[in-house]
Amino acid sequence: MCRIGAIKSKNYIHPSKALHLMRSQQKGHDNSGFAMVMQDLGGRFANYKELPILSMACTDEGVKIAEDILHEAGFSRVMQWSPEINEQAGLKIEPMPNYVFQVLHYPKSYKYAPAHEKEELLVDIRLQIREALEQTNDGYVYSFWPDVLTLKEIGDPTDIGTYFNLWQPDEDFTAKIITAQCRQNTNYDIVRYAAHPFFLEGYTALANGENTFYEKNKNFQKNLYKGYIGFESDSQCFLYTLHYIHKILKWPLQYYKHTITPLAYDDAEKREDHAILQNIRAVLGNLELNGPNTIIAVLPDGTMFNTCDAKKLRPVVIGHTADTAVISSEVTGLNEILPERDWTQDIYTNEREMVVINNNLEVERWQQ
Amino acid sequence: MATMKVNQISRDDLDWQIQYNTDRCTFCGKCVAACPFRAIEAGVEKRRKVISDHFTPEPKVQFKTVPVIKQCVGEYNFCRGCGICERVCPNEAIKPVRNEDSRFGVKYRATLADPYKRGGRANLATEKRTLDKIKVGRISQMTDPSLDASRHTFDMLAPFGRILPADEMPFDVVDGKLVMNSATPKVNWIYPIIVGDMSIGALSWRMWEAMAIAVAYLNEQVGLPVRMCSGEGGVPVRLLKSRYLKYVILQIASGHFGWNRIINAMPHMQELPGGILIKIGQGAKPGDGGLLQAKKVASHISEIRGVPKADLLSPPNHQGLYSIEESVQKMFLSLNSAFKFQVPVAIKVAASATSVSVYNNLLRDPYNIVGGFFVDGLAGGTGAANEISLDHTGHPIVSKLRDCYNAAVHQGKQGQIPLWAAGGLGANWNLAADAFKMMALGANGVFTGKLMLQIAGCVGNDHGKCNACNTGLCPVGICTQNPTLVKRLDIDKTAEQIVNYFIATDNELKKMLAPIGNSSLPVGRSDCLISVDRAVADRLNIQYSC
Ligand code: SF4
Ligand code: SF4
Repeated sequence: MCRIGAIKSKNYIHPSKALHLMRSQQKGHDNSGFAMVMQDLGGRFANYKELPILSMACTDEGVKIAEDILHEAGFSRVMQWSPEINEQAGLKIEPMPNYVFQVLHYPKSYKYAPAHEKEELLVDIRLQIREALEQTNDGYVYSFWPDVLTLKEIGDPTDIGTYFNLWQPDEDFTAKIITAQCRQNTNYDIVRYAAHPFFLEGYTALANGENTFYEKNKNFQKNLYKGYIGFESDSQCFLYTLHYIHKILKWPLQYYKHTITPLAYDDAEKREDHAILQNIRAVLGNLELNGPNTIIAVLPDGTMFNTCDAKKLRPVVIGHTADTAVISSEVTGLNEILPERDWTQDIYTNEREMVVINNNLEVERWQQ
Repeated sequence: MATMKVNQISRDDLDWQIQYNTDRCTFCGKCVAACPFRAIEAGVEKRRKVISDHFTPEPKVQFKTVPVIKQCVGEYNFCRGCGICERVCPNEAIKPVRNEDSRFGVKYRATLADPYKRGGRANLATEKRTLDKIKVGRISQMTDPSLDASRHTFDMLAPFGRILPADEMPFDVVDGKLVMNSATPKVNWIYPIIVGDMSIGALSWRMWEAMAIAVAYLNEQVGLPVRMCSGEGGVPVRLLKSRYLKYVILQIASGHFGWNRIINAMPHMQELPGGILIKIGQGAKPGDGGLLQAKKVASHISEIRGVPKADLLSPPNHQGLYSIEESVQKMFLSLNSAFKFQVPVAIKVAASATSVSVYNNLLRDPYNIVGGFFVDGLAGGTGAANEISLDHTGHPIVSKLRDCYNAAVHQGKQGQIPLWAAGGLGANWNLAADAFKMMALGANGVFTGKLMLQIAGCVGNDHGKCNACNTGLCPVGICTQNPTLVKRLDIDKTAEQIVNYFIATDNELKKMLAPIGNSSLPVGRSDCLISVDRAVADRLNIQYSC
C-alpha cells in the first residue's frame, strides 16, 4: 500500500513537516523510499523565483554530463546547493554520490523570449540530460523548473530523513507547498523515476492506488507530448492527463474530472452541458481512469487539489487551519502535524468531487 | 466380371449419405415432402427372405417388393446433410451421415465444369479458433477489487461516427466553462454489437423482418441500443417512413440496390437512419462481388431493389473509385451531405494484408468524415460466393483488427475512426466472449450476421453441412424466397430468440467486465488478455501463459 501526503501553507515550511506527516502513517506503507517535490520556495532559494532550478541525483560523471549540456545550451550557473549529508552506520538508504540543486540563468538569447519558449527549452534540456544520463547510467534528473525542488531516494524514509538531515528544521530550506510519498514503486522495478510525486512543467501529481487503465492511458499519451515519457509508474499517467487537459488543451480544471471519471451516459444526458461532456468522453476516452485511486495534484499557480476515481476510491482526508491545508492518506497524518485544526471540518473526498485549495487557503468542494 | 460405370457419380462419392431404417419407417412421407433439395424419394426395393413355416426346418426363398425411402444420386439433387428429414421423421428412421471418403468436390467439377457449392461459409475450418486460445487472465482482486456484475452500473456504448482529436475540438472557454463554437461530426453511441449486414434478397423477407423486429424490441423494451445494418438490398418503404428507421444502418454497396427507393423516401422520413455503411468488401469473399441468383429474385425482391428478375450482380468494386482519397471525397462527402451531415457514414472492407494501409490513409483524411472502419474477416458467411473464394481467400480477423488498432496507436489516433470487427464471431455460440476479446484487442465494437441465422434455425455449419444458401431452397426459410419454404420460419419466435440471445450476451459481457474491474467497454485493454498459445501471444502482443 501507498501513502501520500501534501502540505500547502501561507508560511514557509520545512520538509521535516512532510516527514512527520508521512511517518505517522508508516504502518500503512512499506517504508521503501522517500520522495518529495517542494514548490514556491523560501530560504536560500527565495530570491531566485524566476530562474530554473535543476534537481538531480547522479555520479560525478553525471554532474559533468549535465553541465556540458547546460553550458552548450547557453545556461549559466547562478547558485548551487547540496544537502548536508549525514552518513551514519546502519542507515537503510541507497544513496547516489551527488545531490545537485542548481539555479541557472536562461541563455542570453532567451532574454526576451516568451514564457512558452522558455518552458519548452527547459523541457528539452531536461529530456536531453535524462537521455544522456540514462545512456551511461550516471544518474537521474527529476525536475528543471523555476521555484521547484525534487528529491527522491530509495530506502527507509526515517533513515533518508536522517541522511539528508531533514529532521532538523532549517529556515533556509523551505517551501509553501510540499508533496511527499514514502514508498518506492513495488509493482514493477524499483527505479527512482517511478517514485511519486511526478513533476512536469509546473504540474505535480502523486497518487495512491493502481491505474488499471495504464496500458490504454500510456498508449494514448505517448504520442501527445514529448514530455510524456518514462511511464515507470502507472501513476505518471495521471500527471500527463492533467498536464494535457490544463496546459496543452487549456481547458478549465474541472474538465480534468470530467475526463478521468466521466459521468455515466444516462447522467450526462440529463445535463445542460451534455454535448460538451459527451464530446470529451468521446475524444478522450483513452484517458479515463478506472481506479482504484486518489490523486493529489498541484498546478503551476500553486492551486492544490484532490480527487478520486469514480467507483473504488482510496482513502484520503483533507484537514485545514487558517494558514495551512494538509491532504493525507490517513487521518493520523493530519493529527500529527495539524493537531489544532477543527477536525469536524475534515473532508473525505467523494467519487464525484474535486477538493480544491487555492492560494488564499480557501478549500472548495467542486461537484462534478 | 460385371460391368460398372466408373465415371458416374455414385452414392459413395457424395458428401452425405442417407442412413435409412426400413424397420422404423412408417412411410408417412414427411421426409420426402420436407427435403427441399429432392435428395430423397420414395421407391421400392426387391428383398430376398428365407423363411420356414413348418415345425421342422423347410427353408423357402421368398422375394418381396418393399417400399423404401431412397437417396437420389446426381449432380443436382444430392443430399446437403441439412438434417431436415431427420427433424421431421416421427420415428428416427432417417438421417444424413457424413461420408469421410467423399469425392464429390472432384466429381462435380469434372462433370459440370463448375464448383459444386456456392454460398454458405468456408468449409475448411481445420484449426482451433484463435479467440479460443485467448483468455481473460487479469482478474482484479486484492488492491483492485472486482465489480459486482449484477449490481454495478455498466456503461456499454460504442461510437459510430468520426471522433475528432481533442485539440481540434471546437471548444471555447466562456466564464470558466467549455462551450462549443461549431458542430462536431455526428456520432451515434450504440450497443457494441451490430446486427449486420445481410440484405433482403439474400435473406427471406421474413428473416429480415424478424431481425428488424428484434432490434426494435431490444431498443424500445429491453433498453439495449442495438443497430442493424440493412445489407445491400434496400429497405421496405414502410420501415423507411417509420420511426424505427433510426435503428437501421443503411448499406450502400457497388450495386447500389434499393437506393432509388431510399432516396424517394427521404422527404417522408420521420427519423434519420442510424448510419450509413459503405460496403467495399466482404470477409467471406474478398475481391468477389455480390450475386443474387435469379432464382432468389422473387417479385417483392425486384420491387425493393428496383430491378428485374435476373442474376443480380454487385461488381467487385465501386465504379469510379480509384483511390482511397477519392472514396473519401466522393462517396463520403455525397452520402454525408445527403443527410446534411446528421448521419455518420462508415466503411466496410474485407480484412486483407493491406487493411492497415487503408486504415492509415483514412485516419489521415483531412475531412474527418469517415465515421467507422468495419473490418470483416474470412470466417463470415455469404449468400452466393464462389466456393473457391469462400474456402481459399480472405484474412483472419483477429490479427488484422489488432494490426489496425496498433497502427492507430502508432499514429496517436486510436478511437478517432472507430474500429468494428467481424468474421465468424460467436462461432462457439458465445458472442459475448468473442466480442469482449476483440474489444480488448482494440475493436470499439463487433458486428454479427451468420450467428443471427443460426439463432433463427440455420442448420448449416463450417463442415459442409447444408451451406445451400445460394440455391433458393434454404430448408428453414432463412435465405430463400420460396413461398412454401419461407413459411417454415416463425417470425415472432425468431425475433424473440434473437432478443433473448442479446439479453444473455449483455449479461455475459457484464460478467466479463466485472472481474477486470471495468465499468465501460474494455477497448484496448489487451493487458487483461493472455494466450495459451505462444505464437498467438507474440503476434498479438499479449502475455503468453501456460
Ligand atoms: S439431409 Fe436434408 S438434403 Fe439430405 S435428404 Fe435429408 S432433408 Fe434432404
Ligand atoms: S439452413 Fe439455410 S441459411 Fe443455413 S446453411 Fe442451409 S441454406 Fe444456408
